[in-house]
Amino acid sequence: MSDFIQAKNVVKQFANHLALDRVSLNVPEGSIFGLLGPNGAGKTTLIRIINQITAPDEGEVLFRGRKIVANDVNEIGYLPEERGLYKKMKVGEQALYLVQLKGMSKTDALKRLKYWFEKFEIQSWWDKKIEELSKGMQQKVQFIITVLHEPKLLIFDEPFTGFDPINTNLVKNEIIRLRDNGATIIFSTHIMASVEELCDHIALINRGKTILSGNIDEVRNRFKPDSYEILFRGETENLKRALNSHIIVQEEPTRGDVKHLIIKKNQSESLRSMIATMNEAVDIVSFAEMIPGMNDIFIRAVEETNQNNQI
Amino acid sequence: MSKISLIIQREYLTRVRKKSFIIMTILTPFLMASFLIVPTYLATKEDTQEKIIAVLDKTNITDGAIPQTDYLKFEYIDDTEIAKLKENFEQSGYYAILYIPENILISNKVQLYSNQQTTMGVNQHISNALKSFFTQIKLKNENVPLDIMERIKTNINVDTIQWTSTGEEKEGSAEIVSVIGYISGFLMYMFIFMFGAQVMRGVMEEKTNRIVEVIISSVKPFQLMMGKVIGVALVGLTQFVIWIVLIFGLFYGAQLVLADNDKAAPSITQNLMNPNESGMNIGNTVDATQLQKMLDEITSKFETINFPLIIICFIFFFIGGYLLYASLYAAVGSAVDNETDTQQFMLPITIPIILGLLVMINAMQTPHSTISVVFSIIPFTSPIVMMARVPYGVPYWQLGLSAGLLVLTFLGTIWMAAKIYRTGILMYGKKVNYAELWKWIRYKN
Repeated sequence: MSDFIQAKNVVKQFANHLALDRVSLNVPEGSIFGLLGPNGAGKTTLIRIINQITAPDEGEVLFRGRKIVANDVNEIGYLPEERGLYKKMKVGEQALYLVQLKGMSKTDALKRLKYWFEKFEIQSWWDKKIEELSKGMQQKVQFIITVLHEPKLLIFDEPFTGFDPINTNLVKNEIIRLRDNGATIIFSTHIMASVEELCDHIALINRGKTILSGNIDEVRNRFKPDSYEILFRGETENLKRALNSHIIVQEEPTRGDVKHLIIKKNQSESLRSMIATMNEAVDIVSFAEMIPGMNDIFIRAVEETNQNNQI
Repeated sequence: MSKISLIIQREYLTRVRKKSFIIMTILTPFLMASFLIVPTYLATKEDTQEKIIAVLDKTNITDGAIPQTDYLKFEYIDDTEIAKLKENFEQSGYYAILYIPENILISNKVQLYSNQQTTMGVNQHISNALKSFFTQIKLKNENVPLDIMERIKTNINVDTIQWTSTGEEKEGSAEIVSVIGYISGFLMYMFIFMFGAQVMRGVMEEKTNRIVEVIISSVKPFQLMMGKVIGVALVGLTQFVIWIVLIFGLFYGAQLVLADNDKAAPSITQNLMNPNESGMNIGNTVDATQLQKMLDEITSKFETINFPLIIICFIFFFIGGYLLYASLYAAVGSAVDNETDTQQFMLPITIPIILGLLVMINAMQTPHSTISVVFSIIPFTSPIVMMARVPYGVPYWQLGLSAGLLVLTFLGTIWMAAKIYRTGILMYGKKVNYAELWKWIRYKN
């Protein structure tokens, strides 16, 4: 899979702070790429540079392997975090205007708008003014406007805020469908559950630097603590004695007669022999490796770099 | 369709479709016309009521000297009736009593008694009629023969003739020229203010709505700014053209109506040009040839004014002055988060415009004074001041210099505004001052 977007050593300096400090990342074609980072990390600046809203001070952005040019914006659909439409303008007219600005012809735009309005069952909104719609409804309109010209690259900044669970699902499925149809998607959010659910690749930016990037499974494996969770019936003491070469990390509260332990495996011992030992001592109800959630990874990675920076 | 023309189209259409625009565009010329028509109309309206004036003539010679009109009749009465009349004036049906004393040739005075204020038209009618009647009496008393009396009737009009540099003669009219100069200068002032502020509000709307980020991910900020500036300029030009068409339409329409009606009151235009004489002929019969002559005179005076030049100059200086100021307004709109913050940046924009207006009022009287010439060349005031001077005739080198400087300046302000705009529209929650703006101008990207 080739990279659709590559950022190479991008630097952006604002009056009194360095927003991006040699940021590089590769967004593989046809993937959903999670762009993560704490508030003020520089995500929006990077997104604006990809959209050519601002230009980098140093470094470059490659679009399908060549330097990005002005006309490439027609191939990009961008849903910024701060949404906004003309309040006094009618929904249909506004949608038509904004997608024509992305280079679509009027007839194509009309045809495709009709399709999407039917799909989202909002045909009756066409002649309403934006200010007559609720915030969630406005978001829906803006989502359609973003994807309507079928761009090769979609950039969603917090696409789910303001949606109820039903609409969140609707939009989520649309994003997956767009990816399956070949679009590359850059997805910026603070909701780590949706990152785990949607993203194929991630990059974590903190203080203008990329601190973590790669395939999401690889990243999660990298942060694997080598810990296991066991649910069992029997004497806790028996199990502890049998596992004396391993570290008992934590004893969780008992649920009914099922007891609950978290164990860190001794690196020298194999998983099989550990399970065998445990099997002798107690009745195992369940046994699973603990894969860290993106939430934990996010917090750990960010805190680590913050500590390093303080030293 | 290119992106900038899409933006221009949106900016234009959303504004000209607004009810307020349509109402103002159509209503203004009618309002202006009605300011002129209504008083005249009311004046004539009053005189269609028949008025009978009782005349008590102590000289016993004036019978028939005051011509009757359709609405104004004169009845001669004697001393016995006057006693009754005084007691019972209200029921008599008379409008007034005219008393002509015996010694009129010495006193030169007559009295008009009424229980209400008599109209100017009636007074003038009586005065004019008696004036010419007693002049003739006096002349006769001096033994001047009748044919000499006819020959010495004189009426002097001042025709103002203007020399052009080629020695050509142009008949002009100082009043018309200064009124037209004032109207076009004031219109320029109004347009720059009105449409400049529209650009600023438009920019602020996009910024506070946060739609700007979506749009500049499709087009360059410069395209968005210029699209808005040009779109609003077209709105202004549309309004101007509609006004010109309507005003000329109303003017010539009114003339045609008046020309058809030989018993009409003095034309609106005459009222406008010679306010002192207005009402003089009210109640009198104005025959068609007389009116025709008057209209011809006005039309010929109008023809001496170079309307095509004025309109071309107006459009050029409007575009130039508007581009200069609208780009500054756009920069201000981009730099602030809300309307109250605009104050500090508005002052330097407002001062030259108002200065222009003040000099313009002065230039109406002294179009060729040094101060008028200088301010009509300095780009920030030139659009307003020059428009007041153009109807008087301005040397071409001054027009050219003024136009050239204006073009250079608006190119400069657009360039500067674009720099501020590009940074400003994405800057939220920051109190911006002049030092900050200067920094934005110097940013490379």
